[in-house]
Amino acid sequence: MSKLLVSPSPHIHSKVSTKSLMLDVVIALIPAVICSVVFYGWQELLVLGVSVASCVLLEWAITKYMLKQPSTIGDWSAVITGILLALNVPYTTPWWVIFIGAVVAIGVAKMTFGGLGQNIWNPALVGRVFLLVSFPTYMTTWNQPQGLFGVDAVSGPTPLGAIQEGLLQGASVQDLTAAYNYKDLLFANLGGSAGEVCALALLAGFVYLCCRKVIKPWITLSIFATVALTSLIFWSVDPTRFTDPLFNLLTGGLILGACFMATDYVTSPMSLWGGVIFGVGIGFLTMMIRYFGSYPEGVSFAILIMNSVVPLLNMWFKQKKFGRK
Amino acid sequence: MSKHTFSIGGVHPHDSKISRECAIQPLPIAPTVYISVAQHIGAPSVPCVAVGDKVKVGQVIAQPGGFVGAFIHSSVSGTVKSIAPRADLAGRPSTHIEIAVEGDEWVDTIDRSETLVTAIPDDPKAIIDKVRLGGVVGLGGATFPTHVKLSPPPGSKCERVIINGCECEPYLTSDFRTLLEKGEQVVVGAVLLQKAMGGVPCTIAIEENKPEAIAHIREVIAKLGYKDMDVMVMKMMYPQGGEKQLIDAVMHRQVGSGALPISVGAVVQNVATALAVYDAVQKNKPIVDNSVTVTGECFPKQANLLVRVGTPLQYIIDFLGGIPADAAKVISGGPMMGRAIANLQAATVKGTGALLFLTEKQTRRAPETNCIRCGKCADACPMGLEPFLLNKLSKAQDWDACEANAAQDCIECGCCLYSCPAQIPLLDNIRVGKGAVLGAIRARAAAAKAAAEAAKK
Repeated sequence: MSKLLVSPSPHIHSKVSTKSLMLDVVIALIPAVICSVVFYGWQELLVLGVSVASCVLLEWAITKYMLKQPSTIGDWSAVITGILLALNVPYTTPWWVIFIGAVVAIGVAKMTFGGLGQNIWNPALVGRVFLLVSFPTYMTTWNQPQGLFGVDAVSGPTPLGAIQEGLLQGASVQDLTAAYNYKDLLFANLGGSAGEVCALALLAGFVYLCCRKVIKPWITLSIFATVALTSLIFWSVDPTRFTDPLFNLLTGGLILGACFMATDYVTSPMSLWGGVIFGVGIGFLTMMIRYFGSYPEGVSFAILIMNSVVPLLNMWFKQKKFGRK
Repeated sequence: MSKHTFSIGGVHPHDSKISRECAIQPLPIAPTVYISVAQHIGAPSVPCVAVGDKVKVGQVIAQPGGFVGAFIHSSVSGTVKSIAPRADLAGRPSTHIEIAVEGDEWVDTIDRSETLVTAIPDDPKAIIDKVRLGGVVGLGGATFPTHVKLSPPPGSKCERVIINGCECEPYLTSDFRTLLEKGEQVVVGAVLLQKAMGGVPCTIAIEENKPEAIAHIREVIAKLGYKDMDVMVMKMMYPQGGEKQLIDAVMHRQVGSGALPISVGAVVQNVATALAVYDAVQKNKPIVDNSVTVTGECFPKQANLLVRVGTPLQYIIDFLGGIPADAAKVISGGPMMGRAIANLQAATVKGTGALLFLTEKQTRRAPETNCIRCGKCADACPMGLEPFLLNKLSKAQDWDACEANAAQDCIECGCCLYSCPAQIPLLDNIRVGKGAVLGAIRARAAAAKAAAEAAKK
C-alpha cells in the first residue's frame, strides 16, 4: 500500500452492472433461441447469426468511426437487439433484409439518439416494423416449421394472418380457429416468426428475469390481463367475428413482445403504476389493431406507440416521497 | 418471528460481519493521545486546561462551546503537552489537546466496578444533567449531543424511546458485541432514557442477523423485570438504522422534511449511546473510551477494541499487525456511509465506531456509462426520491428544481449509487445539489428573520 484512496461514500457497489443485466436477458432468451433453431433448422441459425453480428458490428463501427467514442458493444445490449430482431422475422428472410433491419434498429433507432439509454423506441421493434412496411412479402410469408432436420418447406400464413384473411372471405372465427390446437400454440408448432412459436420457452425466460429481479412482472402481466379482458368482452359479444382470449394470448408474438420488448428498461416507465398504465395501453392497442386494423398483428405497433408516452408516464407517476404529502 | 422494516426503498448488501465472534478487548493505552475539541455536532468545545497541567482519566479538559455542545474529558492520565491544530481524519486541521500518558489514574468519583446499578434516579432533569456532564453524544455516527436530544422543544412530547441496535451497515459488529457483553447496562441505559423522557415505553430494535443479541436482550429484560420495554426483530435491510427509517419501521410514522424525530413523538438512541448514558448516570463515568470494530477481508486480524478517545489510528493498526499490503482504502465507519481516511496519524473521536480496510478491487468504481433508465436508484432510495433526476438537475445546477424534487431530503445513505448498474456517481452529484438547496433554505430563513426584525422597528 503506497497511498490511501480517498473518495466519497458509498465505498462498495452492488455486483449488478449494465453488462450483468444484459447478460441475464441474453440467458433468458436462450430457451427461445434453442427452441426456434430446433423447430426451424439451420436457416434460423443463419438469421440469428446475421442479425446479432450485424447489430454488434454496426454499433462498433458507429461508435468508432462516426461518434469517435469508446465502443459500447461490451454492454451486450446490441446482442439483445440482434436476437430480438431475429426472433421477430421469419426464418426465410434473406440476409440482406435482416442487415437492413439491423441498420434501422441500431443505426437509426438506437445510436442516432445517443446509444443505450437514450432511445425513445425499442430498437429491435423499430427495425422489425421498418422491415414489415418495406418488405411485406418477405415479412408476411411464413413457412410451417420443419424442424432441425426437416426438408419440405410448406408455405402458409400465421394463425392471425389466416384468420384475418378468412374473415375477409366471409368465414366465421370459430371455423377458422378450429384449425388450431392450443397445445400446438403453446409448444410451438405453427407458422410465425421464430419468437412467436414457442410460448413456453419465452415464458421460462420471463420467469428467469423476474426471479433474478432484472425486471418486475407488472408490465407483462398487465398486458396479458388487458389482452385477455378486451378479447373476452369482444368474443362474448360476437364469437363469429372476434377471436377468443386464449387464442389472442398465444399468437402473434404477444408473449415475446410482453416479456422481452415491453419490459426493455430504456423504453418503459420506471414506476409501478406507470408500468401498469403502459401495459394496459399496449394490451388494449394490440387488440384494437388485431380486431379493426389492417395488419393482422398489433403488438409491435402497440409497444412503439406506448413507448412514445413513457416520458409523460415517468413525469406523472412519481414515487411517494418519505414524510411528504 | 415477525419482521419489521421501513416502507420505502432500501438495499440489501452482503452483511460481511466477519468480526462478529471477536469479543471486545481493551486496547493498551497509547503513549500519547490527541483529543479533538470538535468531535460532535455543534460548537467546538473550549479547552479548560493549560499546557503542563496534570490530568486524570475522566477529568473535564474542554467545556461546551454553546447549548449544542459537549463536555470533553481526558481519556488518559498524564500531562497536557500542547493545545494546537492537528490534522483530523480528513486531513483538515482542528484544535487537539495532546496528552502524554503517565500511568492510568482515574478521577475518584468514577465507579469502575462491574456491579450493575439498577436504581433509577427519580428526577428526569438529574438524568439529563448527568448525561450532559458525561459528555455523551450520539455514537451511531451523527455525534449529536445527547442531552440536547433529550430536551425536546416546548410543545413537543415524546411517546416512545427507540434504542437503535440495527447496525445495518455491513462489517460493523461493535453494537452487536456491546449488546451481548453489556446487555444489562444497555437495558438499564434504556430505562434511564425512558425515565428522562417522562416514563414512555421503549423499543429496542435489532436486525434478524443478530439472533444471539435478540435472545440475550429479551432474557435481560425478563430477568430485570422491565414491563414497558420490548425487543423488535427487524428485517435485514439497509439503511434500517437511519433515524427516520427506524421510526417509520417501529412506529409507522414518517418524520416530515426538515423536521426532527420528536415531531412524531420519537427519540432514537444508538446502543452504544445507551451504554454511555448508563455509564454517565449510574457510574459517573464520562465518555473516555468506545468500542471500535477493526475489520476487512484483507486485514489479518478482526477485532473489536475498547479504545480510549484520542488514540492515533496508526497505533491501533500497529497493535493489530500493521496495514496489509493490498489495502487501498481505510474507512472510518461502515462501507456505505463511512468516511475514507486520508490521514492515519489522526486520532479517534467519540464517534469512531469502526476502521474498515478495503482492497482496491472491493472499492474500485467502474467507469460511468449511460443511464439505462432501469429505475433501480428510485426503487432503492429510502426517502422516495428520484436520484436519476436529482443527478441531472444537480449537474445542470438547477437548484430550484433540485429543491422542488426534494434534494434536501437526501440522507446520503448511498443506496442509489450502490445499486446503479451504470455506475453513475449519483450521490456525489446529489450532495452538491443538496448543499446548494440547504444553503438557499438557510439564506431565505435568515432573510425572513431580518425582514421580521426590520418590520418591528
